[in-house]
Amino acid sequence: MNGLVLFSRRIWPQLLTLAVIVGLISVMFPGFFDISIANGRLYGSPIDILNRGAPVALLAIGMTLVIATRGIDLSVGAVMAICGAVSAWGITEGYGLFPTLAMALSAGLACGLWNGVLVALLGIQPIVATLILMVAGRGIAQLITEGAILTFNHEGLIFFGSGSVWAIPTPVIIGVLTGAIVTLIVRRSALGMLIEAIGINLRASTLAGVNTRVLLIAVYMTSGFCAALAGIIAAADIRGADANNAGLWLELDAILAVVVGGTSLLGGRFSLIASLIGALIIQAVNTGILLSGFPPEFNLIIKAVIILIILVLQSPTMRTVLVFFSSDKAAGIDSEKQKETVAP
Amino acid sequence: MNARLLPLAATLVIFLAAYAVCYAQYPAMLSTRVIGNLLTDNAFLGIVAVGMTFVIISGGIDLSVGSVIAFAGVFIAVLLRDTGLHPLAVFALLLVLATLFGAAMGATIHFLEMPPFIVTLAGMFLARGMAYVLSIDAVPITHEFYDQMQDLYWLMPGKGRLTLIGGLMLLVFIMGGILAHRTRFGMNVYAIGGGAQTAALMGVPLGRTTIAIYALSGLLAGLAGIVFSIYTSAGYSLATVGVELDAIAAVVIGGTLLTGGSGFVAGTLIGVLIMGLIQTYIIFDGALSSWWTKILIGMLLFAFIVLQKGLVWTTAKRRIAGG
Repeated sequence: MNGLVLFSRRIWPQLLTLAVIVGLISVMFPGFFDISIANGRLYGSPIDILNRGAPVALLAIGMTLVIATRGIDLSVGAVMAICGAVSAWGITEGYGLFPTLAMALSAGLACGLWNGVLVALLGIQPIVATLILMVAGRGIAQLITEGAILTFNHEGLIFFGSGSVWAIPTPVIIGVLTGAIVTLIVRRSALGMLIEAIGINLRASTLAGVNTRVLLIAVYMTSGFCAALAGIIAAADIRGADANNAGLWLELDAILAVVVGGTSLLGGRFSLIASLIGALIIQAVNTGILLSGFPPEFNLIIKAVIILIILVLQSPTMRTVLVFFSSDKAAGIDSEKQKETVAP
Repeated sequence: MNARLLPLAATLVIFLAAYAVCYAQYPAMLSTRVIGNLLTDNAFLGIVAVGMTFVIISGGIDLSVGSVIAFAGVFIAVLLRDTGLHPLAVFALLLVLATLFGAAMGATIHFLEMPPFIVTLAGMFLARGMAYVLSIDAVPITHEFYDQMQDLYWLMPGKGRLTLIGGLMLLVFIMGGILAHRTRFGMNVYAIGGGAQTAALMGVPLGRTTIAIYALSGLLAGLAGIVFSIYTSAGYSLATVGVELDAIAAVVIGGTLLTGGSGFVAGTLIGVLIMGLIQTYIIFDGALSSWWTKILIGMLLFAFIVLQKGLVWTTAKRRIAGG
């Protein structure tokens, strides 16, 4: 019960932000909550937010773990392009659905392994190590598609982008399942704590007997795997692999989702659920701007302003200022305590 | 040899070796025409990379520069179309705006203690968004002053043209080199990159320097935008997407440590030229596809990072051995 209280205290700012944004949209666009079922699938703006937000949410799952180790993975957008290209190539070459999926997922794992080896074995800063694949990755994806946009018409693969199970779109199910499985694995075992230990102090964790190398590589491979899933969804959604535009700048959205979710870029603490809510916040902002009839050219400005507001509120200086000005000193101690708490 | 100079030397050797390989296959590569075009085509990238060098030496990063270039192009084009202002007045206005934009990001980074990565990411969205608001369509620039500037060049021996913008890039590199290695500001930048806390204890004005670094990066991004608009004679809000990555890659290939505290402005020039050379070679070859550029640059990045890692490792070892 105590855990539940701590947990809700950890994610209430994100939930509140999401509620405010959804509330604002529904005021400006009254038909927001209309959900209908057509062709055995749910339709409606909230479903659309979940569906469109699934790739960023998937990326955010891997990114959260990477950032918790005090790292960052800039390559996820490029990995999406590579895996999308592999899946389109596999299906058009006639390898069948499961071999194709296996190939695409292994490509993602291989990319993660590359990043992980650079970070864990060679000791290269994560931002630099993953920059290599970010720059070269789209070239590799174009190598696979030979510069063209590979299109396909395989029903089985398209199912992952626009299909549905029990009226729920497949991307949403994949996102929720991945989130649940990863959360269970890291929070029901000691893995999550060990990952946080690496983020707090890599050397100390190594000296304390944590196998930091294997764990770091595993974390980057998880990120690669999540990017592969997102890449398959993105390719299946447009029924083709676009090496230039698949997942373009999604790494930035994923990092934002994690930061908006309250996970510090300095590592050491993380909450997967808060990151998933962060991804939904970003998608809700995107969809909301479109729905509420603002000229689309204002999208980026509004997004930047919202990000800045959220970040300023979260910044350490602001927290100090707030604590300083609050007459109730207990509130200050309380917020200090809150810093220490870890979501279950 | 000084270990600090080794990455720079390696960059230079790789550049000369690459040029030799190109020359062996296509003797025309050594003509001043190719060299002139190399400078002209990469002028905007070079200018923006100088600003990025300062930011990276200080241990930060600036993701907003590509968007600022696009904004600058659209801003100039729209103002020239809708008002009777002279281009020089528009340039001055733009440079002030870009500098203030950079300074604002620097102030946010310093006073709110937020990571540069996230602050400049928001700046990237903001600048691109402002460009969209000004105009979604590409706006052509038809001003006689632009034609005059495009016709300004110095005919090198061998009929190569050193254009105004190519020359401007070289000038910016020289000024950047002086600023980095011969002024108090430059020393402060290196000190902050070596360790912000130590620098503060030594009396480096952290806030002022951080704001100045990002203001400089903004100013140079604005200047690169002007150069890009002269180069293309148009302003387009979707232009120069991802230039920040090219600039970062050029800086790293040029031998600057991404951890900050070490690097050379001259190395960045060679980094830019290596990237330009790869592209020129692929154009000369004709059969190679353009995506090899990205893969080759990625491989070069990897080679340099491993080289730097090895250097840092051996110097650290030597220091321990030396007591």
